[in-house]
Amino acid sequence: MNTLLRLSRWIDTVNEQIGRIAYWLVLAMLGIGCWNVVGRYIGQAIGRNLSSNSLIEAQWYLFSIVFLMGAAYTLKRNGHVRVDMFQSRWSGKRKALAELVGTLLFLMPFCILVIAFSWKVVLASWQIWEISPDPGGLPRYPIKSMIIVSFVSLMAQGVSEAIKNLAILTGHRRIPLNDRQIICDSNLHDSRLDSTSPDSDLLNSTDSSDSNRPNSTDDNRPNNTPIREASDEHDC
Amino acid sequence: MSTIADWLGPAMFGGALVLLSLGYPVAFSLGGVAVLFAIVGISMGLFDPVFLTAMPQRIFGIMNNFTLLAIPYFIFMGSMLEKSGIAENLLETMGQVFGRIRGGLAIAVVVVGALLAATTGVVAATVVTMGLISLPTMLRYGYNKELSVGVIAASGTLGQIIPPSIVLVVLADQLGISVGKLFIGSFIPGLLMAGAFVAHVVVISIFRPDLVPALPPALLAVKGRELWIKVMQVMLPPLILILLVLGSIFFGVATPTEAGALGALGALVLAVINRQLTWKGLQDVCENTMRTTSMVMFILLGSTAFSLVFRGLRGDRFINEALVNLPGGQVGFLVVSMATIFFLGFFIDFFEIAFIVVPLFAPIAEQLFGFDSLVWYGVIIGANMQTSFLSPPFGFALFYLRGVAPSEISTGHIYRGVAPFIVLQLLILVLIIAFPGLVNVLPELSR
Repeated sequence: MNTLLRLSRWIDTVNEQIGRIAYWLVLAMLGIGCWNVVGRYIGQAIGRNLSSNSLIEAQWYLFSIVFLMGAAYTLKRNGHVRVDMFQSRWSGKRKALAELVGTLLFLMPFCILVIAFSWKVVLASWQIWEISPDPGGLPRYPIKSMIIVSFVSLMAQGVSEAIKNLAILTGHRRIPLNDRQIICDSNLHDSRLDSTSPDSDLLNSTDSSDSNRPNSTDDNRPNNTPIREASDEHDC
Repeated sequence: MSTIADWLGPAMFGGALVLLSLGYPVAFSLGGVAVLFAIVGISMGLFDPVFLTAMPQRIFGIMNNFTLLAIPYFIFMGSMLEKSGIAENLLETMGQVFGRIRGGLAIAVVVVGALLAATTGVVAATVVTMGLISLPTMLRYGYNKELSVGVIAASGTLGQIIPPSIVLVVLADQLGISVGKLFIGSFIPGLLMAGAFVAHVVVISIFRPDLVPALPPALLAVKGRELWIKVMQVMLPPLILILLVLGSIFFGVATPTEAGALGALGALVLAVINRQLTWKGLQDVCENTMRTTSMVMFILLGSTAFSLVFRGLRGDRFINEALVNLPGGQVGFLVVSMATIFFLGFFIDFFEIAFIVVPLFAPIAEQLFGFDSLVWYGVIIGANMQTSFLSPPFGFALFYLRGVAPSEISTGHIYRGVAPFIVLQLLILVLIIAFPGLVNVLPELSR
């Protein structure tokens, strides 16, 4: 198990680094995007083309790299949106089991599907050194390869998440505290609710399960503090 | 023709809804369901894997889609305005301006909600920000609890249809219409919604002044000239930025993607000028932009796989026939499609609805109402979903508000508080449906 956890940590580090590089590319995308607009107008005014097909293509190349390479990072940071109506009242172990099943049943097959049907197309692109049909356009084979790279890194992150959840199930790992989802849950359902209030509806009923969550974040965080996190974690 | 062949497509749709409730990320659940049903279909001889060979082309088409490229820019813009504290200052200053009259704080919330929503278009961000900043103030100075939470949750959902929101960008892409037109078309309905909320507060301040007291004068620290200077500094810049973005789209100076890029740059410049931008802040904004973009785009990739298999199993034909043969023609279709979206809005987020359900409805809407009406159809989908997100017991906005509300607010307060706003939104929704001119007049002008 320890070897596996070491592998998981290694995958996490690599994907974290890839994510860091990818999010700084957002700035480059912003810069090129603005240059393309401004360049078009100034270019018209002075009669010279300041933008080019390669810059226009660079803009969507960067966009593609950002979202493709950010996917594994986003998975690690639990940023992919879920339907957590039921999951939010499950205990840590049950949640880990659901995650493990989801990874094996959904994430892995999906990645394999995409890679299996894409690699030939990507290979063909390399074989002919495919280039953009527009004059001055960029080569296509690197950006097409990003599809494969993205889904491979996503699979790797899936392996890492599966290991972590397996470790929770077998008691080798504590239930994580820095998990975005759990932060959100504790926000939504923490014990600030008036326990004497007569409303026993769906929102409230989730609280009962929090008390039997072994390492629930509620134990580690004073009830009044999660406010700050909430504002930082909008999309959870 | 066995009946199983007919029902495998619909079963896939139902199966997806059930499996989504496992709580695994939607993007991958959809992709996984596609693989599962492809395998089932192949083993029963009902699915031809050749459908899946379109996958790489579809992915590549998504990568170089110029419309979707607007998404990260608008996320960057909203996130920058929010993280740099510009949004927060806006709300505080508005409170100072409007606080002196009865109901003023609530009106400030609606106005800021509309502005913020316009830039972020993310329900969660708006509700959380306003819940944190204005709810405590409203409660401290004797505002009625139900009204306070109602106005905050309702204003937070305005982001669905007040342009420029990423929700509208995605919707336009799925309906195959121009983003600019949808932005412009949703402008009047969005203002109507905000206007109705303000009117509601004003009516209450007349008939039940005790529910919405004015702030004590001692609290309004800045007055007169000083206040005006503050208003100029804090309120005008973001307002001008938003108007510039909208204006350049309206007058055809820039495409929504270009306007988004410039808007994002504008927000960055504003934050720098206000000295509210730190290196860490910039990093957070970039990170948030990447995460949200990746989340949205992967749902699109997952639903692409889903819809390829769904089509391979002839699920789309099944749905199409069922919808076209609905009794009641246009009205029947409208009722069924709107009820479906409203109901699904309880369980799944906007993007899943836009990527899976809207493509099923879009061709029929086009068939029944004509291509020119798709802008109108898009706006009512947005308005409908906005109401859905506000409706108990599952509305998203309610969950987010619950998360940041102080302990004296019970879930019952929230449910009772949003009720009048739901009624208002439904009224406006009916109004838009009955008078498509409300949507269509501006796009026709800009042509």
